[in-house]
Amino acid sequence: MVTTLERAREVAAAVPDPELPMLTLADLGILADVEEHDGAVTAWITPTYSGCPAVAEMAGDVARRLRAAGFDQVEVRLRIDPPWSSDRISAEGRRKLAEAGIAPPVLGARPAAGLLTLGPTRLAVTCPQCGSTDTEELSRFGSTACKSLWRCRSCREPFDRIKEI
Amino acid sequence: MTDDHVYLSLADAAGEPDGEARWAYGTGFADPLLGVDAAPPPGIDPADLAAYCLMLGDDALVLSQRLIQWITRAPELEEEVALANLGLDLLGQARRLLTRAGQLDGTGRNEDELAYWREDFEYRNVRLVELENGDFAQCVARLLLFATAREELYRRLADHADPVLAAVAALGVKELAYHREYAQSWTLRLGDGTAHSRERMQAALDALWPWLDELFTPHEVELRLGVDPSDLREPVLASLAKVLDEATLSLPEAAPRAYVNGRAGRHGVHTEALGPLLAELQVVARAHPGATW
Repeated sequence: MVTTLERAREVAAAVPDPELPMLTLADLGILADVEEHDGAVTAWITPTYSGCPAVAEMAGDVARRLRAAGFDQVEVRLRIDPPWSSDRISAEGRRKLAEAGIAPPVLGARPAAGLLTLGPTRLAVTCPQCGSTDTEELSRFGSTACKSLWRCRSCREPFDRIKEI
Repeated sequence: MTDDHVYLSLADAAGEPDGEARWAYGTGFADPLLGVDAAPPPGIDPADLAAYCLMLGDDALVLSQRLIQWITRAPELEEEVALANLGLDLLGQARRLLTRAGQLDGTGRNEDELAYWREDFEYRNVRLVELENGDFAQCVARLLLFATAREELYRRLADHADPVLAAVAALGVKELAYHREYAQSWTLRLGDGTAHSRERMQAALDALWPWLDELFTPHEVELRLGVDPSDLREPVLASLAKVLDEATLSLPEAAPRAYVNGRAGRHGVHTEALGPLLAELQVVARAHPGATW
């Protein structure tokens, strides 16, 4: 038998990300927790970057989906500690990103703390179009805060990549 | 349904309650600290903490505004996108910090009231961030000085007694590392580039260097909170010296810019550049008070 809490978690976990709708907020590690007490549901979300403009959309989407599933008392709150990290993207999330032509972030890789890192980045990034690792970074900043812009030297296609943070 | 986004009610009104309607982003954003525990930490004067959050928040807001002024003016499209991304990170940090300041200062002001309805003498940013943009080398030089110092500061604040400030810093330090790397790579490219680019980069550093010291000069609020920025001087200067050496640039020797009767940006004493910047930032909110779109 499915408990009310399990059902609430299931509904919240299925909410798609507004900017990457092929992934859910759960896939991205943005959905931090769901609690339920006597039918009242609280969902916590952890924004990716400080300036992510989609936070209000995500909070509204989670609340709306839960209400549509029959939960009358719904509250969505932000959880900013611990901060979001690209390591929170699930294995399923990484797979869906690659499938959508977006290179997933490398697990555990972060900008070096305070160290001088000049010169081009040398990360073994696989082209999500053709699978070649002969790729190069065009710009560390891309179409959204969480992406950088890359190019495959083999198939010549540009592609987005989720940055490590 | 007060926690819902304004556009969702529009979508509902349009007869698609469960539709995936996407509306353009606009005002009506949720509180950037929605549902985060706002209680001030024990043992810290909330007024001091509010004043400190305002200082850091104003630094981020004003530099964000300077960065977005590069849109349509950057030398390459990729740099325009990069500068917009940097500005967005800083704007996000500013929103959280200003919201935190408003929670603690007893006035109950939200981020918009603090951003749009204060005069220049009420802003607490360091003067470095408000100076006119100048050329692209100056943009890079300012970013290099600011990001190197702010990353160091955020790293130290990530375990601050105030959980909200600590959380802002813990995410901010990861964002600032990208900003520093961006500024470093352009400093190297311009400094170790052509004779002309090297000359422009050196001139930009020489022009901005006198404003760096303000980031290390403690305000009485910072001393009371135990976050003395003079601790940053040594590691920041060491990092900058290394980058400039790599970029074949000289470490500027210009003396720090003078204070006015011991007062500068942290006390609300600014350069003439801040007024016009705020006029642009605030004009819509002041022309149409309370408007949303």
